[in-house]
Amino acid sequence: MTSTLLFLDSLTGPLQYGFFQKGLVVATISGALLGFVGVYITLRGMSYIGHGLSHAIFGGFAAASLVSASFIYLGAGIWGVSSALAINWVTRRHRIGADAAIGVITTASFALGVALLSRFGSSGPSFDNALFGSIYGISADQIIMLIGVSVATAAFVFFRYRSLLFTTFDPEVAAASGVNVARTEAILMLLLSLSILATLTVIGVTLVAAMLVIPAVVARMITDSFGRMLVLSTAIGAACGLTGMYLSYFAAVPSGTMIVLTGAAVFCLALAWQGWRSLARTAGLDDHHEDTVEAAPSTTRST
Amino acid sequence: MTGTGVGPVILTLDHITVAYESEPVLRDVSFHVHSDQFTGIVGPSGSGKTTLLRTLLGAIRPQRGSVKPRPGLRMAYVPQLETVNWNFPVTVSECVLMARTKGRQWPRASKADRADVTGVLERLGIGEVADRHIRQLSGGQQQRMFLARALLSDPELLVLDEPTSGVDVSTRHDMLHLLADLHEDGISIVLTTHDLNGMAAHLPHLVTINGTIVAEGTPHEVITPDVLERTFGARLEVLEHLGMPVVIDDYHRISPRAAS
Repeated sequence: MTSTLLFLDSLTGPLQYGFFQKGLVVATISGALLGFVGVYITLRGMSYIGHGLSHAIFGGFAAASLVSASFIYLGAGIWGVSSALAINWVTRRHRIGADAAIGVITTASFALGVALLSRFGSSGPSFDNALFGSIYGISADQIIMLIGVSVATAAFVFFRYRSLLFTTFDPEVAAASGVNVARTEAILMLLLSLSILATLTVIGVTLVAAMLVIPAVVARMITDSFGRMLVLSTAIGAACGLTGMYLSYFAAVPSGTMIVLTGAAVFCLALAWQGWRSLARTAGLDDHHEDTVEAAPSTTRST
Repeated sequence: MTGTGVGPVILTLDHITVAYESEPVLRDVSFHVHSDQFTGIVGPSGSGKTTLLRTLLGAIRPQRGSVKPRPGLRMAYVPQLETVNWNFPVTVSECVLMARTKGRQWPRASKADRADVTGVLERLGIGEVADRHIRQLSGGQQQRMFLARALLSDPELLVLDEPTSGVDVSTRHDMLHLLADLHEDGISIVLTTHDLNGMAAHLPHLVTINGTIVAEGTPHEVITPDVLERTFGARLEVLEHLGMPVVIDDYHRISPRAAS
């Protein structure tokens, strides 16, 4: 009885602080959002793009912070969306592979961000906070942006569920069946960029990719149904965000690190529960997109 | 059986040239698809069969020439089984339902959509596997699942890439009969294959291709040693069996007369 009370006390204790309440809400929604979007990203074999885009957005974050603190998110958003669309465009033109496009565009952007912050300092969030996440200083605007992006993403998936699933599973057949694959992919990249931007403060640049991948991979190990995978991945992401935030508070370490470590622990638990064979289900998560890219045609028309 | 294409033209490929990078895969190909077409495209590996299908579907833009589908033409595509990501987490019914992309697309299918999926799966004889993961199907069931997905969009033109590869003889036979039934129901069908004898026995119209169209016509017109040599680059013997041409691809081994 006493230990139960102590446990409940430890859970409710941090809630007396306003910054923790905000952090908890943002971490939970962030985990859910990244888990949700991550299903499409991992199934398309684009896990690397989450990693790359978070770094690209950091470049925009740094550049915008030098101009004006009030333009940080707008600037980083424009930068991130531009990077995402550039990667999508380069990949669709098939001049170079998706991984190479991501490598060039996003690492250059990240390097620029580091150089700008090192040389000129920053009027916005600190370098460490941007890299590893922090629950301090979360503003109402950030919460509104996160909720807005989450609602927009959920609405897009809800109203375009089958087109998105078809495009993710087999873009070529989807296109032949009348789905506007280019537009669907562009919107997905846009939402991915906005999701990374909205969760950057809490999760951090270097760790956001992990939360795009881990919940989706764990969900894939548990289920063979796409619909259930979407629900499970969202729930796992939210649970990791919530738990990681508490652990971050008690361990006094950056929130992003504990959220990702919680996700890694959940992965280990799923592995112990489902066994090594469950990993076989995730085998196709890293090659599907490249297959379609390699098989894709020249798109130049000259009649 | 009709199928040699006497109905209205629904799609035209007009002198198309398609290249990956600088090397042309198809050169100056012209091809008409009629509303009652039932055509097999035959050719060796790398001859441009799949490229022709993808051009026809609008997935590839030709460097020269044009692709002109009739406005509003409903097309559906059945891909090669080898190109599918079988680890993708979808059940059979989820996979078939993907094709319903017009109108309401909410995650929970409407009662009418669910009934349509059940109907098409049962029509193709795989109603009992609706809730299975796609990897848990046999080759024939996998092929029927993609056919069901294609049929759910009520196509006028059905395009299939190697529908008889990777399945056993019995399944191949069943698949070709199934396609013949669909053609009888009014669906125009174009497919690619390596299976010369299967095509000769089941399809009324063949096109042989090797970078460009070598010949087209009925099986008797197309399956001749001369056409096959120009298509495959090797001399193949053709026998007549029950009124159908049969290709012997190792004639010297089975024919003592030829061996001598």
